[in-house]
Amino acid sequence: MMRFLLLFSRQGKLRLQKWFMPMSEREKKKIIRDMTTMVLARQPRTCNFLHWKDLKIIYKRYASLYFCLAVESQENELLALEIIHRYVELLDKYFGNVCELDIIFNFEKAYFILDEFLMGGEIQETSKQIVNRSIEASDMLQEGDNSEWYEVELFG
Amino acid sequence: MSPSVPLQEMIRAIRSARTQCEERGVIQRECAAIRAQFRQVDNGARSHNLAKLLYVHMLGYPAHFGQMECVRMIASPRYSEKRVGYLGAMMLLDEKQDASLLITNSIKNDLSHSNQYIQSLALCTLACMGSAEMCRDLAPEIDRLLRASNSYIKKKAALCAVHIVRKVQDLGELFVPAARSLLTEKNHGVLHGAVVLITELCENNPETLERFRKTVPDLVQIMKSLVISGYSPEHDVAGISDPFLQVRILRLLRILGRNNEAASEAMNDLLAQVATNTDSTKTVGNAVLYETVLTVLDIKSESGLRVLAVNILGRFLLNNDRNIRYIAMTSLQKIVGTDHIAVQRHRGTIVDCLKDQDASVKRRALELSLALVSASNIRSMMKELLLFLSSCPLELRAQAASGIFNAAERYAPSQRWHIDTILHVLTTAGGDVRDETVPNLIQLITNTSELHCYTVHKLYRALLTDISQQSLVQVACWCIGEYGDLLLRGECQETEPVQVTEDNILDALEVVLQSHMSSPATRGFALTATMKLSTRITDNVDRIRSIVSIYGSCIDVELQQRAVEYNALFKKYDHMRAAVLERMPVIEKNSPGHTNGESAGEALKEVQPAKVKQGDSLLPQQPANQVCDLLDLLGSSDEHLQLRPAQGSTAPSLPSNTASTAGGDLLDLLGGFEPTPPAPAPQVPTLTVYDKGGVTLTLSCEKQSNSGLIVTLTASNSTDSDISGFTLQAAVPKSVQLHMKAPSGDFLPARGAAKVTQMVVLNNPNKVNLKMRIRISHGTQGSAFQDTVQIDSFPGLSVPGQ
Repeated sequence: MMRFLLLFSRQGKLRLQKWFMPMSEREKKKIIRDMTTMVLARQPRTCNFLHWKDLKIIYKRYASLYFCLAVESQENELLALEIIHRYVELLDKYFGNVCELDIIFNFEKAYFILDEFLMGGEIQETSKQIVNRSIEASDMLQEGDNSEWYEVELFG
Repeated sequence: MSPSVPLQEMIRAIRSARTQCEERGVIQRECAAIRAQFRQVDNGARSHNLAKLLYVHMLGYPAHFGQMECVRMIASPRYSEKRVGYLGAMMLLDEKQDASLLITNSIKNDLSHSNQYIQSLALCTLACMGSAEMCRDLAPEIDRLLRASNSYIKKKAALCAVHIVRKVQDLGELFVPAARSLLTEKNHGVLHGAVVLITELCENNPETLERFRKTVPDLVQIMKSLVISGYSPEHDVAGISDPFLQVRILRLLRILGRNNEAASEAMNDLLAQVATNTDSTKTVGNAVLYETVLTVLDIKSESGLRVLAVNILGRFLLNNDRNIRYIAMTSLQKIVGTDHIAVQRHRGTIVDCLKDQDASVKRRALELSLALVSASNIRSMMKELLLFLSSCPLELRAQAASGIFNAAERYAPSQRWHIDTILHVLTTAGGDVRDETVPNLIQLITNTSELHCYTVHKLYRALLTDISQQSLVQVACWCIGEYGDLLLRGECQETEPVQVTEDNILDALEVVLQSHMSSPATRGFALTATMKLSTRITDNVDRIRSIVSIYGSCIDVELQQRAVEYNALFKKYDHMRAAVLERMPVIEKNSPGHTNGESAGEALKEVQPAKVKQGDSLLPQQPANQVCDLLDLLGSSDEHLQLRPAQGSTAPSLPSNTASTAGGDLLDLLGGFEPTPPAPAPQVPTLTVYDKGGVTLTLSCEKQSNSGLIVTLTASNSTDSDISGFTLQAAVPKSVQLHMKAPSGDFLPARGAAKVTQMVVLNNPNKVNLKMRIRISHGTQGSAFQDTVQIDSFPGLSVPGQ
């Protein structure tokens, strides 16, 4: 299972944090510090995998953001790279050419999208289209909820 | 159309703050406003306020006052508020907070809501931060959702069930039937969730695993349809149909096929098909291939399939993408033990990876190369490894050095090669080797007597070039001190002759002594070496004397003590100097772990400080080696000692006195000579303990106090030739303390013209069985003689009883 997913900028500012295991605030802060230091110190043309304690850390840089995913030791690292890529694709589809500012100003949307893609440290939905449709339907529900409920059916 | 404009304004305001202080100010104002808003009645902007708080929380500021607001928002009927409320719960609440219990009821209600998006919020939150109690409470509800809902909810319920099983193992049983039936679903999301759930259940409980083995054919079928079926736009990633699902199924197959012939048989064809048909040009294809390889290697696959898997890894090693090279090496590392021959075929590629730019790849290549070293390839591999050592990153050097040493020790084709290799490592990475390298190397050198000349020449040359590597300098000093005479002789078969004068050698040692790069231990080595040379060279003894006396006032206490004692050796005990500084005997090889050495080393610390340290005791590991022989002899017989009734005797600490080569008698030097003890009183019984080769040793003892005993040893020589350099060493069981007084002399004239007596004071506070081993050594006409005798009973001591 995945343990946590962190997004941070080149200056080490945290843009998103998703924890799949319960941890105290102090532990979270320490992990964030460790991850940002470790990943930001990596040379440009090195491999994307690191070892940290008993976890494997897979990181990838997209423009100005580092995506850092920690998985347990029996997980497939190459697939983890694909997971990160899939999440970026989902964000891209939703925001239209996503950039860091989109994620900063609409962080709650980034979380909602993540919650449709991953859950409990595992992949929830393997189809891009279905995730996108769910997000659109939820958004419509949110907009319409000032007046009345919309019942939205999802096909399939 | 984004409703959260106030949120974005706040974010803008925070980002435009130019200093940390300004930012803190903005955030404090906002938090105060948010807190005030929370206290108000529902004002329609609640979700915005909570969202603002969550942003502030992500920046690292405290946000615990928002927890109750989350609880309230979750209970709200409005979807927008629920959504942010649940998000806040996942971010701010975890199972350790009390407030998390309050949302259990809301979650329960929302799980049965008519709107699936609200159900999904509840499921997501439960899977994220559900505590064990919440899981137990809601498990039946999740099971219901697993069976009777649409696929959107089913897939989420499956992952929720996974979380529940992780939290409360016993609840696994509840989900088994539902999990089984989910495998028939067509929806990939549900199928994926089902496979994850089954994996978790199998890992959780071996019995469940047995039951799920029956699903192997179904899983194989699903995989086949994924691999063979045509293009499916919904799940396609770079030509691979749903790689996420494929990888998950392969992992489940691995767990089911492990240690089970039948299951492994059933998946054999499928694995071969996936391994050959998967397109490996993109990462995603390689991800599937990688998982396939892991599965093949873990189950009981047939050998053809295993070879195929290892070959895939070999192909990975040649891939341009360094991620793939890295994982290939980690996998090869795991199987190098079991499929050694298969991995050896790729040795060339692995060794090439030592030169890779990436540090992680280098590390893996190093580990793998060390694992692949064998007797047949040791020479070529060592060349590569030594080349690597000279250019490897700092964090890998210690590992590389110790790996090289181990390999050299196991597979060295010749002694000279072994010594050369160790010297090479010391010159390149001397600062990163472990501490025991120095004594190990010294032991290796003393054991190869035919290479002494060669070794000392090489070391001398290395010393001249560079004195910064402490281990190398220490070994070099030791060798020069020991074999300086060979160095002076000039010729050596194995290396070019070079003229070395005594002054050159002393210059080299003095440079080491004076250099700021030398550690205190190294300087100790150098000083001792200088001292030893006083018996091996002829002309410059005065120079040595002056060096030694200078260090008599050195600030370093250790050096000062050595210098003072060596000075004493020159002044008062010059007649013993030759014996003290003679060639070291061959050191016995310690068993790995150096248990004997350590215990002796610790015991050595109890030595009364005013003891002369001889050439070998200066190297703390050396006397341990020597002493351990005696201790070893005693240690094994300790058990026997306990069986015998205790005797009332005592003796002071044992190893202190045995830590010397030829001068047990010198240990008491600074305490001054004791007057030769008188011959034992006639009424005290005498026992002849040793009589061989003309040397006779008799023992008599006298009880001193309740636990004290004085033993007197008398030696005489009945042969026709004199015996010189006669010394005695003694060892006693661990709890007994021993104190050897100075002997009357070390010269035994022929035909018993005179005797040598030595007093030994024993203290036996624990009243253990008293035994003593005595080692007799002497050097008659240049050849060393040694013998040991054990004394089990002491005359004059009261026997069983007390």
